[in-house]
Amino acid sequence: MAKAHSHEHDHAHGHQDPEQLKQFGFWLFMVTDVILFSTLFATFVVLRGNIAGGPAGADLIEMNGIIVSTFILLTSSFTSGLALLSMNKGNKQGLILWLAVSALLGLSFIYLEVSEFVHLVHEGANIGTSAYWSAFFTLVGTHGLHVSLGIVWITSVIIQIARRGITPATKRRVNIISLYWHFLDVIWIFVFSIVYLMEVM
Amino acid sequence: MLETIKEFASEFFVTGDPLILGAQVSIGLAMVAIVFILTYFKKWRWLWTEWLTSVDHKKIGIMYIICAILMLFRGGVDALLMRVQLAAPELEFLNAEHYNAIFTTHGVIMILFMAMPLMFGLFNIIVPLQLGARDVAFPFLNSFSFWMFFAGAMLFNVSFVIGGSPDAGWLSYPPLSEVSGSPGVGQDFYIWGIQISGMGSLATGINFVVTILKMRAPGMKLMKMPMFSWSVLASSVTIMFAFPILTVTLFLLFLDRYLGAHFFTVDGGGNPMMYLNLIWMWGHPEVYIVVLPAFGIFSEVVATFSKKKVFGYKSMVFALMSISFFSFFTWAHHFFTMGSGANVNAFFAVTTMIIAIPTGVKVFNWLFTMYRGKLSFPTPMMWTIAFIPCFVIGGMTGVLLSVAPADFQFHNSYFLIAHFHQVLIGGVVFGYFAGLYYWWPKMFGFKLHEGLGKWAFWLWNIGFYVCFMPQYALGLMGMTRRFNEYNFDMGWQPLNVVSTVGGFIMGLAFLFQVWQIAHSIRFLKKDTNGDNWGQGRTLEWSIPSPAPFYNFARVPHVVEQDDWWEKKERHARGEADPAEVIAADTAPLEPIHMPKNSGIPIIMSGFWFVAGFGFVWDWKWMIILGLVGVVVTMLARSFNYDDDYYVPVEEIERIEAAALKGAK
Repeated sequence: MAKAHSHEHDHAHGHQDPEQLKQFGFWLFMVTDVILFSTLFATFVVLRGNIAGGPAGADLIEMNGIIVSTFILLTSSFTSGLALLSMNKGNKQGLILWLAVSALLGLSFIYLEVSEFVHLVHEGANIGTSAYWSAFFTLVGTHGLHVSLGIVWITSVIIQIARRGITPATKRRVNIISLYWHFLDVIWIFVFSIVYLMEVM
Repeated sequence: MLETIKEFASEFFVTGDPLILGAQVSIGLAMVAIVFILTYFKKWRWLWTEWLTSVDHKKIGIMYIICAILMLFRGGVDALLMRVQLAAPELEFLNAEHYNAIFTTHGVIMILFMAMPLMFGLFNIIVPLQLGARDVAFPFLNSFSFWMFFAGAMLFNVSFVIGGSPDAGWLSYPPLSEVSGSPGVGQDFYIWGIQISGMGSLATGINFVVTILKMRAPGMKLMKMPMFSWSVLASSVTIMFAFPILTVTLFLLFLDRYLGAHFFTVDGGGNPMMYLNLIWMWGHPEVYIVVLPAFGIFSEVVATFSKKKVFGYKSMVFALMSISFFSFFTWAHHFFTMGSGANVNAFFAVTTMIIAIPTGVKVFNWLFTMYRGKLSFPTPMMWTIAFIPCFVIGGMTGVLLSVAPADFQFHNSYFLIAHFHQVLIGGVVFGYFAGLYYWWPKMFGFKLHEGLGKWAFWLWNIGFYVCFMPQYALGLMGMTRRFNEYNFDMGWQPLNVVSTVGGFIMGLAFLFQVWQIAHSIRFLKKDTNGDNWGQGRTLEWSIPSPAPFYNFARVPHVVEQDDWWEKKERHARGEADPAEVIAADTAPLEPIHMPKNSGIPIIMSGFWFVAGFGFVWDWKWMIILGLVGVVVTMLARSFNYDDDYYVPVEEIERIEAAALKGAK
C-alpha cells in the first residue's frame, strides 16, 4: 500500500493535484452557500414590514451587544488569518494556537447570539410572532448554525494537526476552514447591515 | 398495552384502502424475498463491497439507473390510475383525496426521482469516459450524492404505506401545504424526502462542474469537448444556482409547519406568493436542468449515426449556455394569472419567448447534421428522430402559453398539461431513452435487442400522441387539471377515453422495454470491443466495454473534436498520429491512483433518513439520533486519511490483456 498522502507524486504525472481540486470544489460550494443566504436575505427584505401588529425589530433589538459580537467575529477572522501565516511558516504550535483562539472567539459570538435570542423571546418575539420575526430568526439563526458547525470543524482540524502535523492533506483542511470562516464573516457584514443597521436607523 | 399498539399502528400505517393494503403486502413479501435470496446465495458481502460502498462512477451510475427505472414504474402506475379515473364522468374509482395524493406523487416522482436519477446515472457513467478521466473529481462525494438521493426517494415513497401520501400538488403551494390545509404527515414526508435528495443533487452539480473543468484529458480544450459533456456542464451549473433556492424554500415551509413560523401563512403577515416565486425560481431552471443533458445526448447520437460532426458546434455550445442563463429569468410565467401586474408579466413573457430561440437553433443544428449524412437508424437514432417533431410541437405550444394575456385562458387547463408532458416526455424521456440505448453496450458489454426495442419505440410514440393530443383539445374545451371527476354534460368523455387508451399503450411500451432488457440479458451476445456501434466518435468508445474500473490504462492525448473518430479516419487513410498522441499511447504503464471504497456515504445517508423520519413524526429522540449520526460520520470522514491506493502495473496488464482477448 503506497503512502496515503503521497499526492505530490500524482501531480508529477500531469494530473490534477487532489488537494487543489478539493479547494476548487469548496469555492464552488461557497457559491451555492451564497445563493442560499441570498434567498434568505430576499425573504427577509420582502417580509420585513410584516409585523402583524406585534413588536417591530427596532423596539427590541439592542445594538450594543450586536456591535460587540460583530467585533468578536471580525477579530476571529483576523486570528484565522494569523493561523494561516503560522502554517505557511511551518509553525505547528502557532497554527494550533491561532485556530483555537478563532474557535473560542466564534464560541463567544455564539454565546452572545443565543443570549440575544433568549432576550428577544422573553420580550415576546419568537419565530411564530410574525413574518418579520420568522425571517429574522431564520436568517440570523442560519448564520449562527454555520458558525457553530465551523467551530466543531475547526476543533476537528486542530486535533488532526496535533496528531499529524502540517502535511499537504492537513494544509488543505486548514485552507478550506479558513476560507469558510472568512466567508461567514462576509455574510455577517450583510446580516449586520441589512438586519440590524437598517432596522434601527 | 395492546390497545396503545393498535392505536399507534392505525395512525402509523395507512389503513382502509384495498389498493394500498395490496401494496403493503407485496412490499413486505418482496422485502422478505430479497433478504432470503441474498442470504441463500450468500451475496451480502458481495453486495456491500462491490456495490453499496463502491465509489466507482460507473457502478454508481448503474445504481442510479436501476432506481430510476423502478421509479418510472411507480410514477407510471400513478399515471394510469389517474387515467382510469378520468375515463368516464363521475367515476368512483379514486375518491378526491386519493386522487390528490396520486397526482402529487406522480409529479414529484417523475421529475425528482425518475428524471433526475436517470440523468445523474448517464452523467456518471459517460462523462468521465468522454473526458478521458479515471473518475469524477470527488468519488466519495459522488457516492454520498447517490445515497442521499436514495434515502430521499425512500423517505418519499414510504409515505405511501406509512402515514399517508402528500396531496398538495407536486410543488405544494401554501396555504394548502401549511398545517391548516394539510395537517397530516404526508406533507412532511414531501419536505424531507425532497430536501435530503436535493442535498445530494447539489453535491452532484458541484462534482461535475469540477470534473469537467479540471479533469479533461491533456489536449482536450473546452471547445473540443464532446457535446454531451457540454450539456452536463450547462446543467450542473444550473443545479448549483437553482438547488440552494429549493433547499431554503422547503426549509422555510418546514419552519412554518414545525415551529409555527409565518413565512407563507395567510395570518401573521406571511406571504404565500413568496413561496410561489421561490419555488419556481428553482422549478423553472429545474426543467432545463433535466432537458439540457437530453439535448447533449441527441447531439451525440445524431452525429454518430449520420457519420458527421455535429453541425454548428459553437452555436450549440452557445445555445446550451444561454438556455442555462435565461432559465433563471422566466419563472413568473408559471403564475401570470396571479396579479403581478402587466409590466412584470410582459417581462417574463418576453424572456420566455427569448429562450425558445436557442432551442430552435439546436433543432436546426440537428437537422443540418443529418443533411447529407450517411444515416442509419438503430433505436437510439429512432428516438432522436421522434424527438424532433414532438419537441417542436411542445415548444410551440409553450410559446403560445408564454403570451401572458392568452395564458389567462390556458392557465391550469389540460392544454398546459399536454404542453409540459410533450416537452418532458418528448424531450427528456425520449432523450434519456436514446442515451440509454446508445450507451447500454458501453455500460454492460452487450446491446439491447433491436426488434423489441422498435416495438417499444412505436408503442411509446403512438401511445404518446394518442394520450396527449386529445388533452390540448380538452384544455380548450375548458377541462382544468387536478379535478378527479366531471359531469356527463361537459362532453369531455370521448376525448378522455382516447387519452386513457393512449396512456395504456405507453404502459404496454414500458412492458416491452422490460421484456427487451430481460431478453437481452438472457440471450446476450457479449461484445467487449469498445466501439460497439462501429462508428463511435468520442473517447468512451476507445476503451473496452464495459470499461475497466480505472477506465483508461493510459491517459489519451486529444488533438481534435470527436478525437476517436478522427483517429480512426487517420489510420484508415494510412496517416500517422501526431507525436504527442503516439507518446501518450505508447507510454509505459504506470500504477494508477484510485479512491478506496467507503461505507461512510451509505451510513451517513442512513442517518439523514433517520433524522428526516424523526422530523416527519416529530420524534425528538430520533431527530437527535439522526443528526448526531450525521455529524459523527462527517467527522469520521474528516479523520480518515487512508482513502486511496495504487493499482499495480501487473494488474493493469492482466485486465487489459483479458479485455483484448474478449474483443476477438
